[in-house]
Amino acid sequence: MTQTTIAAPGERTGGAATAVITGLGVIAPNGLGAEKFWAATLRGESGIRPLHAEGHAGGHPRGGGPRYPVTLAGQVSGFVAEEHIPSRLMPQTDRVTRLALAAAEWALEDAALRPAELPEYSMGVVTSNASGGFEFTHREIQKLWTQGPQTVSVYESFAWFYAVNTGQISIRHGMRGPGGVLVAEQAGGLDALGHARRAVRRGTPHIVTGGVESSLDPWGWVSHIASGRLSREPVPELAYRPFTREADGYVPGEGGAILVLEDREAALRRGAAKVYGEVAGYAATFDPRPGSGRPPGLEQAIRKALADAGTEPGEIGVVFADAAGVPFLDREEAAAISAVFGPGGVPVTAPKALTGRLYAGSGPLDVVCALLALRDGVIPPVPHAGEVPAAYRIDLVRGAEPRSAALTHALVLARGKGGFNAAVVLRKPEHPEAVPRKEEK
Amino acid sequence: MTLDDLRRIMVACAGEDEHVDLGGDILDELFTDLGYDSLALMETAARIETEFGVRIPDEQVAELTTPRALLDFVSGVTVP
Repeated sequence: MTQTTIAAPGERTGGAATAVITGLGVIAPNGLGAEKFWAATLRGESGIRPLHAEGHAGGHPRGGGPRYPVTLAGQVSGFVAEEHIPSRLMPQTDRVTRLALAAAEWALEDAALRPAELPEYSMGVVTSNASGGFEFTHREIQKLWTQGPQTVSVYESFAWFYAVNTGQISIRHGMRGPGGVLVAEQAGGLDALGHARRAVRRGTPHIVTGGVESSLDPWGWVSHIASGRLSREPVPELAYRPFTREADGYVPGEGGAILVLEDREAALRRGAAKVYGEVAGYAATFDPRPGSGRPPGLEQAIRKALADAGTEPGEIGVVFADAAGVPFLDREEAAAISAVFGPGGVPVTAPKALTGRLYAGSGPLDVVCALLALRDGVIPPVPHAGEVPAAYRIDLVRGAEPRSAALTHALVLARGKGGFNAAVVLRKPEHPEAVPRKEEK
Repeated sequence: MTLDDLRRIMVACAGEDEHVDLGGDILDELFTDLGYDSLALMETAARIETEFGVRIPDEQVAELTTPRALLDFVSGVTVP
């Protein structure tokens, strides 16, 4: 066995439900809201900027400045938490949970899904998060050391926790069906989608899923730096250029996406406004032990996801790559893609070059991009990309202009530090207008 | 410690339910009806200790179910 499969097909037995995405909620460094984010992505607008120690509007303390060896991050701007989060929730939430709650609300609005009108056990929440509530914890740990344990907020007990976004979303909207959280660094956001589909197929028709991150406070920032994979380039346009000769690490960022995933039939019954696409295939694999000589698991994840979707490689019109920006990882991913699709056999893109890597947030955000690419028939480019080494044998979509393409299927990849690989196949809906028109009275 | 002190501390600790008027006559309302759960009250008790030097044991917090009960408890404690 070359790698352990931790999630495989096998759920497609006996008329498994078709799981479709009906709502998008986006909080990204280059745009708040799915359509603004998509427009910014197509225009090549970046959300990568220098971090300033004093923070930005909202007074969040940030890492960054001359004392740190890495100074750039993809930063969400223009988000005023008080406009989206009830006063009751402010003292008990980290920034990451405020972003997640707002994104969830936007996804529900987009799906025209009103939780109060549905049975509470028919709705569940499955999210991913890899960092927890860093800034909240930073503040409380500082109080612990300087003012004593009695001053530490009781809300630290859950505000730091990877599962907190799932918990707060489910409590706020009265969603009492299956709840879950997956932690797999950058791969986790796609794993959440895969697990959400599993919950739909097990009989819970409406699932809120996705992932959001934020950990740019000074303590969070040094934790990012400690990964050893960050670019030290100070010029925003040049810092994160995955798959190119200039690639020298990545830029981290904050944000992500929350999606509404539903049993297609149940979505139609409740009168969903639209269907963005089907989560047709999903698979996850784990890399072998370093030094074992066995191949990494990404190629296997791609093949299993395609098989799960019942899709041939030739049907995939675009690959949204993990795009680590670290040369050995780029090389591994390019090898996996060209092994499955042939040399230059499929357009590859990486809109995360404009947001930075968002850990659990990137997979779901790439899914949003992929769904809107299917809808609009365009592939967003990687601006400022330099030359791609010929040995990579991939067709990276570069330059200032999106590439037009008639797309029916898209593949989204994510890899997490520690050996996680995940792949999702999305299928364009036959009828994006979900609702059969109601007969006029 | 006055009711106004308690209001201020509770809002700082756990925010304010938009459906509740904290400015009204709330002395004998249940904290749960005012939108404050057990964690909110533990946080409030911690803040009272910091500000007024009165320690409310955790097991006692659960028994103080109204603002009047909590204020009476705090007033009855002799601060060393």
